[in-house]
Amino acid sequence: MTLCTLRRSMLFLPASSAAMLSTAFVHRPDSIMFDLEDAVALREKDSARLMMFHALRNPVYRELETVVRINPLATPFGLPDLEAAVRAGADVIRLPKTDTAADLLELEAQVERIEMVCGRPRGSTRLMAAIESASGVVNAVAIAMASPRLMGIALAGFDYVVDMQTERGDGTELFYARCAVLHAARAAKIDAFDVVFGDLDDEAGFIREAELARRLGFNGKSLINPRQIELLHNVYAPTAAEAAHAGKVLAAADAAERDGLGVVSLNGKMIDAPIINRARRVLQLAATSGIRR
Amino acid sequence: MDMTPETIDLLERQGLEPFQGCHRDTPHLLAPETRLNRKLTASLEEAIRRSGLRDGQTISFHHAYREGDKTINLVVNQLARMGFKNLTLASSSLLSCNAPLIEHIKSGVISRIYTSGMRGKLAQAISNGLMEHPIHIHSHGGRVKLIQSGELKLDVAFLGVSACDAFGNANGVSGKSHCGSLGYAMVDAQYAARVILLTEELVPYPNAPASIRQDQVDYIVQVEQVGDPAKISVGAARVTKNPQELLIARYAADVIEHSGYFEQGFSLQTGSGGAATAVTRFLEARMVAKGITAGFALGGITGAIVDLFNKGLIGTLVDTQSFDARAAESLRTAPGHLEVSTNAYANPAAKGASCDRLDVVILSALEVDLDFNVNVVTGSDGIMMGASGGHCDVAAAANLAIIVGPLIRSRIPTVVKRVTTLVTPGACVGVLVTDHGIAVNPNRPELEARLRAAGLPVMSIQALHARAIALTGEPDPIEFLDRIVGIIRYRDGSVIDVVRQIKP
Amino acid sequence: MEIVQAAMAGTLESSDLLVKVSPHDEGRLELVVSSQVMRQFGGQIRRVALETLARLEVEAGLVVIEDKGALDCAIRARIQAAVLRAARCQELDWRVLA
Repeated sequence: MTLCTLRRSMLFLPASSAAMLSTAFVHRPDSIMFDLEDAVALREKDSARLMMFHALRNPVYRELETVVRINPLATPFGLPDLEAAVRAGADVIRLPKTDTAADLLELEAQVERIEMVCGRPRGSTRLMAAIESASGVVNAVAIAMASPRLMGIALAGFDYVVDMQTERGDGTELFYARCAVLHAARAAKIDAFDVVFGDLDDEAGFIREAELARRLGFNGKSLINPRQIELLHNVYAPTAAEAAHAGKVLAAADAAERDGLGVVSLNGKMIDAPIINRARRVLQLAATSGIRR
Repeated sequence: MDMTPETIDLLERQGLEPFQGCHRDTPHLLAPETRLNRKLTASLEEAIRRSGLRDGQTISFHHAYREGDKTINLVVNQLARMGFKNLTLASSSLLSCNAPLIEHIKSGVISRIYTSGMRGKLAQAISNGLMEHPIHIHSHGGRVKLIQSGELKLDVAFLGVSACDAFGNANGVSGKSHCGSLGYAMVDAQYAARVILLTEELVPYPNAPASIRQDQVDYIVQVEQVGDPAKISVGAARVTKNPQELLIARYAADVIEHSGYFEQGFSLQTGSGGAATAVTRFLEARMVAKGITAGFALGGITGAIVDLFNKGLIGTLVDTQSFDARAAESLRTAPGHLEVSTNAYANPAAKGASCDRLDVVILSALEVDLDFNVNVVTGSDGIMMGASGGHCDVAAAANLAIIVGPLIRSRIPTVVKRVTTLVTPGACVGVLVTDHGIAVNPNRPELEARLRAAGLPVMSIQALHARAIALTGEPDPIEFLDRIVGIIRYRDGSVIDVVRQIKP
Repeated sequence: MEIVQAAMAGTLESSDLLVKVSPHDEGRLELVVSSQVMRQFGGQIRRVALETLARLEVEAGLVVIEDKGALDCAIRARIQAAVLRAARCQELDWRVLA
C-alpha cells in the first residue's frame, strides 16, 4: 500500500533571512520553499543563493520536502540559482511565471545537464510550474503534461490578478484560473496548489479560502507564515465521521479479500478501488494531523 | 481601689500592676494630633530615625511594581545619605531598575543581599565579584521560611504603597498606582520589627481592604512616587504573534489536555511572557470543546488568565502578584479574584500553601539538563540574570510541572548535559516542551504513554539534546573561578547549589 | 581568490552575522570576530571562518565578523558571499563552496 506524499502546506521562506532558515523547519510544514525570487532584493540575490545552498545541506532539511523558487532563467540570476539548488539537493525546483510548456522544457534541459555534471541521480530533481498569468492559465494543460519531472502546478495569485487587470478579493477573480490549473493537474495526474493568503490577521478569512481550495480538490496551499500551518492542516483533517466511515470502508475491503470475494460492498453499495484508496488517504490524514477540530 | 495588705500581697504574688491613670500606655491619645496622626512622619529621614534602624541591620522591600519600582532606590539613596553601613538588603526580588544599588554596595551601605533574583547591570556586577559576601537567592516560598526561622530577621520593612490611611491600612488597588496583589508585602508587614509605609496618597480612614493592616504599621511617609504601574507588565499583554512561541504554547496546551489532569475543576498556574499567554488562549478552546472549567488559577496572574476567569472558565483566581494592569483591575473589582500572601501561596513551612493543591503549572527555564534539573538563575555565560521566584515551590507541589521554552536561543542550546546552576531538581519536573519536541521525565512513564498515544512529538531528552547540538555545535564550557558569589537556597532553606564568579 | 575591494554581506539580525571583507594593508589574512555568544562559540566561529576562507584560497584580507548567534551554515554562506563580492567574482566553483 503506497501512501501519497502529503503536500498540504508549502511554507515560503525568504532565502535572505538567516533567522528563518535556522528555525522554520520546527513548524513541520509538508514542504518548505526557499524563495530566491520575489522575496529577495536584487542586491542580495547572490547572498541569498548561498544561504539556501548551505541551509539545504544541513541534515534538518533532509527530513522535509524542499522546494527552491529560482529566478526566471531569462534573468542573470536564474541559472546560478538553479546550479546551486540542484547541487544542494533541493527536491523540487519551482519555476516562476511559467507561461508555456517551452519554459518548462528549457528548465528541464538545464536540470538534466546539471545533474549529469554534478553527479546527482538523473531524474531526482523534480519540477513545479507556477502559473502567474493569463497565458499560463490557458496553457496549463500543455504545461502540466510537458515533463515527467513535473510533480505539481501552483497558481500564484498576486501576479496573475495584475495580469488580469483586477485585484485580489473574495475569490471570484481566481475562479477560472483555479479550475483551469486544477483540471490540468488532474489530467496530468500531478498535484495542484492554491494561492497565498496574505492577511495574517484574518484567520477566519484564511480558513474560508483554505476550505474552498480543499473542496475544489487542491492538494495544498502556499503559506507565508508558520501560524497558517496548523490552521491549514486542520482544514485538511478529516472529521470524526469521515474517519469512522473510512475505517468501515477499509474493514469491508479487508473482509472481502479474506473471503476471496472479487467485489467489495458496504451497506449494500458496491465500493471500487478509487473509493478504497480515498479511504486510505483519509486515515493517513487522520493519523498525521488528527481529527478536525 | 483600697490598697489593703491583702490587695498588695495579691498584686505582688501574681505579678500584677495597680491602675496608674487612663493613658499610661496610650499617651498619644491625649492630644488630637497624635491620637490620629502619630504614625505620620514629615520625611523619609524622620521615619528612618524613628524606626531605630542601626548599621548592620536588615531592611526589606517588596517588588510588586517590578521594573517600575521607585521605592528601593529611593530608600537606599536616603540611607546612604544618612551614613548607614553594612545593611542586609532583603527584597523579595531585584530587577534591572535597581542598578543604582551598585554604588551603594561599593560604598559599603549594603553588604549582604537576600533576593529571589536579579537582572541587568546589578546582576552582572555581582556575578563579576562586586560583593564581599555571596548573595542568597531563595524562592518566594522559601523567603517566608527564612523569615520565620529567624535567619532573615527583618528589622525595618520599607513598603511602597499607592495609598493608605493615617493608620497604615493599605492595598494595591487604591490610589493612582495600582500594583494589584501585595502578596509579598503582606509577609514583611507581618514579620518585620518595624514597618514603614511609603505612600503616594493619604486617604480617609478606614482604607479597605487592608492587605497591610493598621496593626502592623509603625510609620508612614508620603512620597512623590512609589512605582510606575505602567511598568509592572512583564510580558505580552496581547497574545504573541511569534510563530515559535505559538508552536510551543500549542504543544503545552496539548500536553495539559492529555495529561490526565484535564478534568472538571482542575487548577492551573501559568507564568508570564508570550508563550504563557498563548497557552492560556489555546487552553480556552480545549476547555470549551470538552465542556470543562477550572476550579482555580494560581500565581502570578496575567490579563490572559483574567479573560478566562471573566468568561466563566475559571472559578477563582488566587493572586500573589498581579503581572499587568488588567490583573490588578480584576483584583480590585472581582469578588472571585483573591489576594494571597506569599506565605499562603508557597511557603513549604506554612500550615497550608495554595500551590499544594495545584494540578498543572507552566514554568520557564534558562537551562534544563539530561536529568530534567532546571536553571532559572544563570545564563549560559555564567552571569546571573534571572530569578528563582516561585519555580521550585510550585514544581515541588504541583501534580505536573511543565517547562516550556525554545530548544535553542540564538545558538545557545536550552537542553544541556548539566545545568550551570541547579535551582529546581529534576525529580519535580514532569515534562519539557520545546519547539523541536517534547521530553517526558522517565519517572512519569504513564504520562509519556498518554502523550505518545495522543500523537504528540515525544522524544527522549537525550534526543532533544542531540538535535540541539547537531544544529549549534557543542558550546565551549564557561570557566569559573573558585570564588562563590551566590548561594542558591532551595525552598526548605538548604543549599542546593552555588554560583561562582566567571573568569574575566 | 584575491580581495580587490571592500564588501560586506549579512545583517545584524538575530541568528545572522555581518561579514565585512576588505584588502589588508600588510597583505596578510586577519580575522576579527565579535559575537554575542563569544564565550561558548567564539572558537568554533573562528574555525569555520578560517576553513571557509581557506577553501576559497583567500590568503590576504581583513575579515571582520559581527555575529548574532548564527549557525555554521549561515556563517559559511555570509563569508562566501562577502568574499565573492570583494573579489568581484562571477564564476562560482561549487566544489569549493560546498
